[in-house]
Amino acid sequence: MRMTAYLIALKGILKREFLRFIHQRTRFLSALVRPLLWLVVFAAGFRAALGVSIIPPYETYITYETYILPGLCCMILLFNGMQSSLSMVYDREMGSMKVLLMSPLPRAWLLFCKLIAIALLSLAQVYAFIGLGFLVNVEPPLTGLLTVLPALVLTALMLGAIGLFLSSRIRQLENFAGVMNFVIFPMFFMSSALYPLWKMRESSEWLYWICSLNPFTHAVELVRFALYTELNLEALLVTTGTTLVFTVLALLGFNSEQAVRKS
Amino acid sequence: MGIEVRNLCFRYGTRQALQDVSFRLVDGKLNALLGPNGAGKSTLYALLTQLFNLQQGEILLNGVPISRQSRKLKQQLGVVFQQSTLDLDLSVLQNLEYHGALHGLSSRDVRHQASALLERLELGDRLHDSIRSLNGGHRRRVEIARALLHRPSILLLDEATVGLDTAARQSINRHVRDLCRDQALTVLWATHLIEEIDSDDPVLVLHQGRLHADALAHEICHMQQTRTLAAAFEQITGLKESTQCA
Repeated sequence: MRMTAYLIALKGILKREFLRFIHQRTRFLSALVRPLLWLVVFAAGFRAALGVSIIPPYETYITYETYILPGLCCMILLFNGMQSSLSMVYDREMGSMKVLLMSPLPRAWLLFCKLIAIALLSLAQVYAFIGLGFLVNVEPPLTGLLTVLPALVLTALMLGAIGLFLSSRIRQLENFAGVMNFVIFPMFFMSSALYPLWKMRESSEWLYWICSLNPFTHAVELVRFALYTELNLEALLVTTGTTLVFTVLALLGFNSEQAVRKS
Repeated sequence: MGIEVRNLCFRYGTRQALQDVSFRLVDGKLNALLGPNGAGKSTLYALLTQLFNLQQGEILLNGVPISRQSRKLKQQLGVVFQQSTLDLDLSVLQNLEYHGALHGLSSRDVRHQASALLERLELGDRLHDSIRSLNGGHRRRVEIARALLHRPSILLLDEATVGLDTAARQSINRHVRDLCRDQALTVLWATHLIEEIDSDDPVLVLHQGRLHADALAHEICHMQQTRTLAAAFEQITGLKESTQCA
């Protein structure tokens, strides 16, 4: 097929995801309310209990709200990635996945388009959230808003790929609750999103190691450093590697997709 | 542009859904695939559209196995599935644009093509309406328009009239016959309703995964020595008329 056909498909998928997103205004609101609750309510309550010492990339003492901001940005990306997984399962159940699978374009390309759409929608929400953060005096450096963009894109792609991989494994919408309990919550809480890992090490060595191996931890650190115009190479490598692995796994799952369920 | 099925077998676990099914669609005609619920019609459609992988047998497009020309097949096929696949939150045009984009059609091409198709299907004034606001018959017509958007030469409809009232069923059947005649479209029309079949339609009778007849409707009546296709169908399958009417 012509090259323009690929670009038209990309534009079509982006447009559809965008239109679906604006039809689900509550999804946008909940995507912002969830991390805002953490930033305003949870952080206020736990500020004293969870004091943070000077750790890179911070050069001075920081408030707890400042510490959790990158983690909450990644939380938005995490929930969006899983939301995309849910929407793919929904599409399969409702039959609209067949429309996608009947396209003459390669499935790898269609999957890539989906990933880009998920990432772009997530990014818009993250920047809206950072904007709201300024209202409650959580103010990252302005140049950081630019340097964090590639880190956010990579993280969004990683979590989108994990979501698409899961959607190829989840057969029914009802099973999505399991994703919440077995994927989203462990991934988020066993990371450096809410507390630095040395704090975790103080309470449990094995928990510390689990958190260190969690790719979400590395994504959070990548975003944290990028927000302060620094590069965390280890985090970049782990996040890139995880993105590639899950993209391949999602592609394999998507390629063997049989959109019609047993009649 | 011919589709031929040879010795097709398919099973779900231990249940045999299709057993040694072979036929060739008559080009430029409405080919009826007649069978009761559970006969294997949807499985056959899933295989024809490559939504299921072949287990045994082959499907040929112009004499070449479809596995070797997947993209060409998808360019040539227009499909209306039994279950609606429209996005209810989007408008008619947005649904068509999405489908068009997946087939490499620009928005301008889609708008041009969509207006003509919807006009023909008597939905010209509903282009910007939400799918949710359309009734079942109109939604089906939108699906037909969508299936024809990329100008396929073969149209597959899997029980496209299921759940519709008699007037809507007749209207859709008439529209598809007109399209078939005017555009030399090859149609495979799966149904369990005998009233949707004309006496000179090529008919495939599928029952319990086996193909029991492959001839013109009136020839089947002649072979079964019955006056109506309903009676012939009853004789072939052992099923009463009640199974045929929704």
